[in-house]
Amino acid sequence: MENEKLGTAIVVTSGKGGVGKTTTSANIGTGLAILGYSVVILDADIGLRNLDVVMGLENRIVYDIVDVVDKNCRLKQALIKDKRYEKLYLLPAAQTKDKTAVKPEQMVELIGDLKKEFDYIIIDCPAGIEQGFEYSIAGADRAVIVTTPEISAVRDADRVIGILEAKEIHNPKLIINRIRPDMVKRGDMMNIDDIIDILAIDLLGVVPDDEQIVVSTNKGEPVVIDETARAGQAYRNITRRITGEEVELLNLEVNEESKLSKILKLLFGK
Amino acid sequence: MDIFKLFGKKKENSKNVAKERLKLVLVHDRADLSPQLLEMMKNDILKVISQYAEIDDEALDIKLTRMKKEGDTTPVSALVANIPIKKVKDKK
Repeated sequence: MENEKLGTAIVVTSGKGGVGKTTTSANIGTGLAILGYSVVILDADIGLRNLDVVMGLENRIVYDIVDVVDKNCRLKQALIKDKRYEKLYLLPAAQTKDKTAVKPEQMVELIGDLKKEFDYIIIDCPAGIEQGFEYSIAGADRAVIVTTPEISAVRDADRVIGILEAKEIHNPKLIINRIRPDMVKRGDMMNIDDIIDILAIDLLGVVPDDEQIVVSTNKGEPVVIDETARAGQAYRNITRRITGEEVELLNLEVNEESKLSKILKLLFGK
Repeated sequence: MDIFKLFGKKKENSKNVAKERLKLVLVHDRADLSPQLLEMMKNDILKVISQYAEIDDEALDIKLTRMKKEGDTTPVSALVANIPIKKVKDKK
């Protein structure tokens, strides 16, 4: 094969559902394509396909991931080219099958094939820690954990971090999604330090709760494209950090409260 | 003005409640040790100590927590026991 690459496979996972895995996958993938990398985003949520609508590619699907692993079609036939970016592709999930349709070994083989063609393979993992999770992480080199500042999401994130460690996917990176600076300031939402303190993993980025996410999802355009959206900026920063660049954290005024409480603690001991 | 508000409100901050509850539940999740099992362990420990000393049952505190070992940044689960002894029993 000419021009064989050695891509990196990154799984986006969370344990809990509804924290923004699919949105994150779409934005990281698109963000990397904006930077000029060749990227495939793989929807591993078999039975609950969604990445296609988030990317605005739902009308172009012919084959899916199960067709590929069952060898009903060639890999190239199932890959859907993005509307906007030349080097961005989607490998859609099957909608009418379930999560028994793909085995971890098949996934490892598939990712191995994709790595030869792409710089980055972004795997959108289904919620839960069962079969779907197992095959999703099987071929991954790195992991990105998505959480929100809620007890349930952080608890599940902790569980997933433990399982990844046991499966020898080390040093997962954390994205804290849907932070609301006003609530953090009031002391009614855990801040970045609180969550990092509890989970004890490296922070990849923080995404503010932004109405533009809903607007962009409505239109099938990842928010990372939107130059004016706060969440778009957050995802652009996250993408650059994935490529190894050091980018300062977006100022969301979220550290205000923790600074103040530190001063109070210094003054009053508690 | 803001300072006063903060003083009065400090304890009611719901995020501190969340953080404490989360820490507690994670200690058990991570160690895979249920509160019931901890209770059984506690009773057995007390049984052994009671053979040698009289324990202050009221002030007793045994819990699972996370702490960092010296020279290591990854926290590990630790059983922390605070067992006040009223009086050591007479040795035979």
